[in-house]
Amino acid sequence: MRDPVLTFTDRGIYCPAGDFFIDPWRPVDRALITHGHADHARSGHARYLATHAAGPVMRHRLGEIVIEGADYGETLRLGDAIVSFHPAGHIPGSAQIRVEVGGEVWVVSGDYKLLDDGLSEPFEPVRCHTFISECTFGLPVFKWTAQEVVARDLNDWWRGCVAEGRTAILGAYSLGKAQRLMRMLDAEIGPILTHGAVEGTNRVLRDQGLSLPDTVPVTPETKIKDHPGALVLAPPAALGSAWARRFGPASTGFASGWMRLRGVRRRRAADRGFVISDHADWPGLLQAITDTGAENVYVTHGYTDIFARWLNDRGWNAKVLPTEFGGDEDEAEAAA
Amino acid sequence: MKDFAQLITTIDQTTKTSLKTKALAEYFTRAPDDDKLWTIALFSGRRPKRAVNTTQLREWAAERAGLPLWLLEESYPIVGDLAETIALILPKAEGSSDRSLTHWINFLRALSQAPQEDRKPQILAAWDELDDTERFLFNKLITGGWRIGVSQKLMTRALAEATGQDEASLAHRLMGGWTPDDVSYHNLIEAEDKAADLSRPYPFYLAYQLADGPDPLGDPGDWQAEWKWDGIRGQLILRMGEHHVWSRGEELMTDRFPELARARDFLPDGTVLDGEIVAWDGTQPLPFNTLQKRIGRKTVPKKLLTEAPVILLAYDLLEADGKDLRDTPLRDRRAALKKLIDPLPADAPLRVSEAIDFADWEALAQTRATARDRRAEGLMLKRLDSPYLAGRKKGDWWKWKLDPLTIDAVMIYAQQGHGRRANLFTDFTFAVWDGDALVPFTKAYSGLTDAEFGKITAWVRKNTQQRFGPVRQVTPHHVFEIAFEGIQESPRHKSGVALRFPRMSRWRHDKPLAEANTLDDLKAILSAYG
Repeated sequence: MRDPVLTFTDRGIYCPAGDFFIDPWRPVDRALITHGHADHARSGHARYLATHAAGPVMRHRLGEIVIEGADYGETLRLGDAIVSFHPAGHIPGSAQIRVEVGGEVWVVSGDYKLLDDGLSEPFEPVRCHTFISECTFGLPVFKWTAQEVVARDLNDWWRGCVAEGRTAILGAYSLGKAQRLMRMLDAEIGPILTHGAVEGTNRVLRDQGLSLPDTVPVTPETKIKDHPGALVLAPPAALGSAWARRFGPASTGFASGWMRLRGVRRRRAADRGFVISDHADWPGLLQAITDTGAENVYVTHGYTDIFARWLNDRGWNAKVLPTEFGGDEDEAEAAA
Repeated sequence: MKDFAQLITTIDQTTKTSLKTKALAEYFTRAPDDDKLWTIALFSGRRPKRAVNTTQLREWAAERAGLPLWLLEESYPIVGDLAETIALILPKAEGSSDRSLTHWINFLRALSQAPQEDRKPQILAAWDELDDTERFLFNKLITGGWRIGVSQKLMTRALAEATGQDEASLAHRLMGGWTPDDVSYHNLIEAEDKAADLSRPYPFYLAYQLADGPDPLGDPGDWQAEWKWDGIRGQLILRMGEHHVWSRGEELMTDRFPELARARDFLPDGTVLDGEIVAWDGTQPLPFNTLQKRIGRKTVPKKLLTEAPVILLAYDLLEADGKDLRDTPLRDRRAALKKLIDPLPADAPLRVSEAIDFADWEALAQTRATARDRRAEGLMLKRLDSPYLAGRKKGDWWKWKLDPLTIDAVMIYAQQGHGRRANLFTDFTFAVWDGDALVPFTKAYSGLTDAEFGKITAWVRKNTQQRFGPVRQVTPHHVFEIAFEGIQESPRHKSGVALRFPRMSRWRHDKPLAEANTLDDLKAILSAYG
């Protein structure tokens, strides 16, 4: 019997025919990377391959790395495997990776969402025999509200903060989520101040031609009274830290798919939770899996047991990727 | 319902008590009387009679959402609340409605009288005209359990703000067995409080734990010390020839402790006592697990009455001759209490919880160390000139509990929490060594910070050896100090012991696995304190 197109090793997803790994978490010779988030693009690999659009951020985060770029849809031959990258809609530059060996096609989804956020290259379904899908939000309670509705809530909250003389501090992952939020914010309300982690990513994305609203980077000299009506964008960890105290009386918000659950909202102890996710919701996951036409589905990241069982009930041959493939779900949560 | 939903959303959107109180006070100022009455009822643990059971509710919701029931069941523990789970999985409502909170409560009450076959279509129709938050609240009206960050105390304060009334007297008005069916908002809150409900208890005065020992309390001569008993706090009310027993949780327990009926033979009408209900062997309390057998029972079989007879260890006199004594200093209340109870014969189900003589704080600390021998949890310290206040107040009453017992144990199983703790591993099973084997002996789910729970969660995900449904067996590696208040023999547990109030007191990063405690250590604690 010939090797499967992809196998699961203790270093990550491996393609024997092409001798490469996808999003491995231990150092390997050749790593294909779906996108630049830390739980997918790790340091220490000898060679990287990712989309052209994902490259700059990876260099920004990982330093001097040997990286090749590919266009979306461009086919590359690696050993006996044919490989191509397809938009995943997760963050700018994010991709699903299609691997074909001897006519059999597998697709690794990486993280994805179907909704067009106006910033990332919109998700494209790719037909395949086997689909390896994330399922961070693989429960029927997760259903997203339209982006323009959330944008209205977000701007109403900001306006309310301005009226009460408080600084709005919004926590969001600094790559992807933060930039998406910047484009949802109404710049008429006030200036957008950014934490260094967010601004670093902004600079990289602007350099590669993405249009983002103007921002004011926060420095040790920044005085909040010089920026009346400001909204501060910062990574979640900065909320409630000493760094955040410089903004005086504030209202905190947090943007994540988890904010759909009251319990999680209360645990975050932010004043407001906005349900905005860069992952597929329940209907999105089903749509994506159906559109691939795949018979076999491996699920990873999230409520894998439950989601696999449901897919099996519905006629898919679904399995959970072995547990050690769960990756670092904490980071996934921050990014969700 | 829109107004009420807006109120709940506002409360949900802040962590500040002052803002919650303000939102609630504003609601009490503008809402119609019947909605106000129901809001007070809901936030003080009252709810309409259950119109449909939760099994039906789950089935109908799953069917309406086009999902198998098991998927709803699996989602529920992750969301942590059934009412919310159902609200989230239902398809978006087709319509909307402007009906009031009271309308929906009356709707549910009518439904509980309706024929079974009418209930489902009515519930489905209701779901279809309520938005997400309204649906969640509507479901909450059915399932009960209003844990939404508003305590009765906070609600009472908001009501005091809105009505300009005194908070403590409002708290007293809200005690007892009223329901929105037998009282109007006007009679409950505004009318002159003459025809007070005869069974109505006084709000309990609750103490804080003394953090740094009694030295900051000043002159020992100003203080009274008593044992802190390990029983059930209760208020015994004798009025108009009847008696009522209330728990601290405002539950009427009169029928559970029929022994206390005899208090009527010994005490005059118009008497209210605060004390501890304990199982009694004639000279001292029996272990708490003896009393525990009676807690869950609404009626008591004869055998239990002989095995675990209860008495009230009275420590305060709140009403005598029908007169409210709460503003009288403790030393005078105590004198009156002793005068009332000390002369009673031995077969009266009442004793005074004696004050402990002590010369100075150091001597008292030594007495406190013997609390376990007296089947007490520690000491209570009460200022002799203190009035009897309402609720948990700092200053005059303190509990000075014993340090807990502890044992170092190995974490072997982990399970995710729910509600606020969904997605975190928070419920753990711990084991001690028995030779080379690890014997599980307790579960614990509290004591760590959110940050520590986050850390252990990441670790559990990477170190799962096996899954049994929601339970993960993890590599034995982490040692935790488990603190507990008591220990008893238990044939139902593999280890042969059961702990009282176990929690994680420390994550022993410093302790290697092999140095966790053993089953023999645990048994030694059992023979010393069990």
